[in-house]
Amino acid sequence: MLKMESVSKDYTLRGKTVKALDGVSLEIARGDFVSVVGPSGSGKSTLLLILGGMLSPAAGRVMVDGKSLYDLRPEERATVRKKTVGFVFQMFNLVPYLTALENVQVPLFLAGVDDRGQKERATALLERMGLADRLDHKPTELSVGQQQRVALARMLANDPQVILADEPTGNLDPETAQSVLSFLEEVNKEGRTVVMVTHDPKAAARAKRMLRLCDGRIASDHGAASASALDTY
Amino acid sequence: MQLKTLVWRELFERRNQLATSFIAILLGVSVIVSVENITVYSEKAVAKELDALGANVLILPKSASLQTYYSADMQNEEIPEEYVTRLVLSDLKGLDNLFPKLSMQVDVAGKKFTLTGILPQDELKAKAAWKAGDVFARPPLCVGDAAPAEPTPSKETQFRRRVIQKLDAAEALVGAEVAAALKLKPGDTLQLEGKTFTVSTILPETGTVDDSRVFAHLHTVQQLAGKGPVLNAIEVVGCCKEISKGLVQKINKLLPDAKVVTITQIVDTQIKTNHMMAQLSWLFLGIIVIVGGASMANYMYANVYERRREIGTLIALGAGSGVVLRMFLLKALLLGLGGGIAGYVLGTVLAVILGPRIAGVIVLPLPWLLLLAVGVAVAISLVASYFPARRAARMDPCTALRET
Repeated sequence: MLKMESVSKDYTLRGKTVKALDGVSLEIARGDFVSVVGPSGSGKSTLLLILGGMLSPAAGRVMVDGKSLYDLRPEERATVRKKTVGFVFQMFNLVPYLTALENVQVPLFLAGVDDRGQKERATALLERMGLADRLDHKPTELSVGQQQRVALARMLANDPQVILADEPTGNLDPETAQSVLSFLEEVNKEGRTVVMVTHDPKAAARAKRMLRLCDGRIASDHGAASASALDTY
Repeated sequence: MQLKTLVWRELFERRNQLATSFIAILLGVSVIVSVENITVYSEKAVAKELDALGANVLILPKSASLQTYYSADMQNEEIPEEYVTRLVLSDLKGLDNLFPKLSMQVDVAGKKFTLTGILPQDELKAKAAWKAGDVFARPPLCVGDAAPAEPTPSKETQFRRRVIQKLDAAEALVGAEVAAALKLKPGDTLQLEGKTFTVSTILPETGTVDDSRVFAHLHTVQQLAGKGPVLNAIEVVGCCKEISKGLVQKINKLLPDAKVVTITQIVDTQIKTNHMMAQLSWLFLGIIVIVGGASMANYMYANVYERRREIGTLIALGAGSGVVLRMFLLKALLLGLGGGIAGYVLGTVLAVILGPRIAGVIVLPLPWLLLLAVGVAVAISLVASYFPARRAARMDPCTALRET
């Protein structure tokens, strides 16, 4: 189970302190699909990054599999990210000088998989994404939709149990956005937990549970009851 | 995919920045290599000259400036040939051999060479023949200092010892470099200033300016120069014991209008020049460490800044700070290795081309300088890149992902 206990986070901008998260507590069960919505600056992305072990909270605890994520040493936290978490970014964040195949190989390389294993796994994932004929193309040689599919393949490379997606459809045309959402639903059906930050109400509605953030607090939590019925970590 | 693949691919992503940084290291290292290479060969040439030359006292015109032994006879000032007669007829002890010289520039096939007139021993003896017990009645070297003389030494050996026995008016001894440039061999003829010479000997390579000279009879050269019975210098093989007993002062007294210097003084000048070059190479090294290091650090800081999103993504994908640090240091290592090797090649080529022009010595590649070049380049590169690499490793991925 992913769990946040009274998590707060402040930012200082031009001498002013801004509360990004203000005492947020929540539990996300294994296999849940949660969308996080709210106006800009409400703390959605901060919540996602804190859940992913990328941003230390100012107060509170974040638990993954019963372990306090931010009581781990940075290298141990990196290992949790490597093995358990898959990130999807709005801007895809592909490495521009690597081919599609090599981009998908990166998390596998970081996990210590040998070269042959990397290529086999990355090729299989790209084939699953319908990019079998684009393995050696660099990001600039791919369409926006294809780039996002490479990013999704990369996200799945280490078979993560938790997927954190930050505006995954934000830069896509409606058709591609639909296919990305379908893909997230598909991996959710495989038993993975998906947490998706979005501005798009239609995309948010595709999730099993919807959290609305406002001023760093959870303003509403729809569908939470269904989550309790799911297995916990 | 390995770390080196990631580094290698990125290396060529920003080619302009890479080229600037690479050229800074390349030029810096090549300057160090070329200066060091020339210095080493210049020092070797001095040592070789000391070994090869018998002459240890030099008589020059009073106003002659003395920069280097090798070109001590290449000034415009002259002394009368009559000085040789005075020395021969004097009572001075310890004058084993005299080697009077007059030099002039000559053009052959569009190339400039030095024609140096020398006086053979048989004519020197003739000058003193009437005087009983003259200096040449003695053995060629001081008793106790000498090795036994060969019965008939070759012209090459005679030249090395500055004791050419006989030399015809139209005979020429040709330095190795001239012979190579003009494709001369013994028996060939050579036209100099309208006079035809027969090449009797090709002198072995010495690594000094003698290689680019043609030696002929003094009186022939005096005629060609149209200067009358004059000399630029007299090399003297003096007996060491007599030099220590004040031979130089005695010559000075005998020839008050000449400058008399010992080889030690001359070599000292050359050693000072070499020392200056050695110090210069350290100075260059210092400048290059600062400039090259600053350039490298600047490049790396810019590289880290531009790659914020990439670094943030890698961290999000599970890269620890160690991986990020190694990624930048490996890049620095590759740049250092490349810059060091290329700098060695360029520096060596520069030294081989410029060495003969700057220092008057033939310069050959020195393989051990490759280690110096690579060592310096890699050290500068790694040290300068460490702090930018550490900054990358400690980067807050959230800030990086948000900013970009």
